[in-house]
Amino acid sequence: MSPFILKVLPVALAAAAVPVGLSLQAVFGDRQPHPVAMTVVLLSGSIIYPTPGEFLKEGRPQGNPRIERQLSRPLEIMAYQVGAADYADCVSAGVCQPAQETRAIPSNAPVTGVSYLDANAYARWYSQVTGGQWRLPSDEEWAFAAAERFAGEFEGVENDANNPARRWLTSYKAEVDLNRKPDPMPKSRGSFGFNSLGLADFSGNVWEWTSTCYVRTTLAADGSGVASSVDNCGVHVLEGLHRAYMSNFVSDGKSGGCAVGTPPDNLGFRLVRDHSGWASRILGWLGIV
Amino acid sequence: MITRREALFGAAIGAAAVAALPAFSATVTKADIRGLAREKIALVAPPFVHPHDQVAKGGPKIVEFTITIEEKPLVIDADGTTLNAMTYNGSIPGPLMVVHQDDYLELTLINPDTNSLAHNIDFHAATGGLGGGGLTLINPGEQVTLRFKATRTGTFVYHCAPGGAMIPWHVVSGMSGAIMVLPRDGLRNDRGEPVKYDKIFYIGESDFYIPRDEKGNFKSYESAGDGYDDIVKVMRGLIPTHVVFNGKVGSLTGDNAMKAKVGETVLIVHSQANRDTRPHLIGGHGDYVWEQGKFANPPAKDLETWFIRGGSAGSALYTFLQPGIYAYVNHNLIEAVELGATAHFMVEGQWNDDLMTQVEAPKPIATN
Repeated sequence: MSPFILKVLPVALAAAAVPVGLSLQAVFGDRQPHPVAMTVVLLSGSIIYPTPGEFLKEGRPQGNPRIERQLSRPLEIMAYQVGAADYADCVSAGVCQPAQETRAIPSNAPVTGVSYLDANAYARWYSQVTGGQWRLPSDEEWAFAAAERFAGEFEGVENDANNPARRWLTSYKAEVDLNRKPDPMPKSRGSFGFNSLGLADFSGNVWEWTSTCYVRTTLAADGSGVASSVDNCGVHVLEGLHRAYMSNFVSDGKSGGCAVGTPPDNLGFRLVRDHSGWASRILGWLGIV
Repeated sequence: MITRREALFGAAIGAAAVAALPAFSATVTKADIRGLAREKIALVAPPFVHPHDQVAKGGPKIVEFTITIEEKPLVIDADGTTLNAMTYNGSIPGPLMVVHQDDYLELTLINPDTNSLAHNIDFHAATGGLGGGGLTLINPGEQVTLRFKATRTGTFVYHCAPGGAMIPWHVVSGMSGAIMVLPRDGLRNDRGEPVKYDKIFYIGESDFYIPRDEKGNFKSYESAGDGYDDIVKVMRGLIPTHVVFNGKVGSLTGDNAMKAKVGETVLIVHSQANRDTRPHLIGGHGDYVWEQGKFANPPAKDLETWFIRGGSAGSALYTFLQPGIYAYVNHNLIEAVELGATAHFMVEGQWNDDLMTQVEAPKPIATN
């Protein structure tokens, strides 16, 4: 993945999104044994976002609270999901476990068949070989980046206090209504197109790991906020055509499943880059921040 | 690779079996049969079942069915794995045929010349002639008509049995189905009281044996014959690569989930022509289960899981009491989840708190 192929970025870049792969390569350039992925920096924005996890109030399931979130600082995120070839480099380096993918996938397809643990191992290795600080995005960051491709929770799920089955039935139907094409074979990167921020392949047939833990929250009966919550960081949130929760070691959506419904086709990921103070200053100096 | 000629070798065995059959045809019976009413039934693809009376109207009749054999590639999982399928009427399993005891089931079996193999049909419900297999072996371009008397009640498997090694191969390529012979006065419970169903679903479970390449990916073949040698090797290991309901992983989930309402009584007919299985309705029960499938025996009551022997069809009657999504699985859960044997029921209706209530929702563990 050369950082120099900026021309593949669509013209539809939103004002808040700036491709910076080239600039950063220029700045950090020579000491990198591994090419840096093309990235896009999101500068600002706000989203109305259903918080992940499960919510209860007075013992009954609630719709996920939808909250407005502001992007508080610039977010640099990979334009494409991590590629199978890049992941294979980490495997060759003896750091990553091989992806659980045996199908004949295109050489420039995203990596699939990777668990949360695999994604983190890759982020550590990738940080080392590129000299950057890379990590999985939080669920909220992912939602910002996915923009109009963000699906989150299903619409139309009913929470009938007297009939818990309404929730199960309506969420099952919502999943059916996604009308997913039964074509889980990973495709060449870019096959699922770009979103309005110039980021590729969101919500295609590869779900993406986030760094957000599954959490069960009990809301106060009087609406005053959170009464209690329990995190389970053995399970993380994945985003894609719909939100999913999977155990950290699962690399195949088929065996993890989301409830009784349709599981994710494939599990993959993309990374975000953190900037220490001076990198931010350079970004500012370049007129990007 | 199997050639047309080798496939037809099965025909020679079949023909020998036919020749060995004594000429039993009693003309008296034939005259009687000529006087019987005839009814022609249009079959429908599983899990649905053609309209039928649960209690017979009038006397025994001749019930006519037509099945066309289709050899065609079918996708059997979400990854696009392809089976060079052999099917009765295009579906796996073949359609469920319903008659009443003492009716005559008259089947016209058609093997179009677009097929490449010889086929036949062996009805477990039929008496003599290798279940009809000895009288129905047909080459591509032929058709045959068989009539047999439905003397025993119950659900029974039918399958292709064209001789020798062809038999298991045709069956695990999709050629099986079931018939249901109802008592003339309908189903009865263990106390002999009549029971009825509002809906009937037919689930045919299949075990498939798809060869893999050196990388572990499933192979596909130009034709059924091309895959024969490889498939037999996998078959002989006795470990299926797929265990599915109605021909495909997910054929009875999502959009195709079976639908019912609270208060409705559903009869689930489940066949497995080759291998044992153990259906279980998660969150439900079998109110009355004819585990062996034969209605002359009183049904077992209140079962949690029932056993369907390979080569048989059983049925379970259940009245849904609670709304929700029910998974109907082969309760070898590895086969259900990893190999595909899962179906869903979507059941609408009012929740019954008396049957189940979450007394206290999940919360942090109390510390004092």
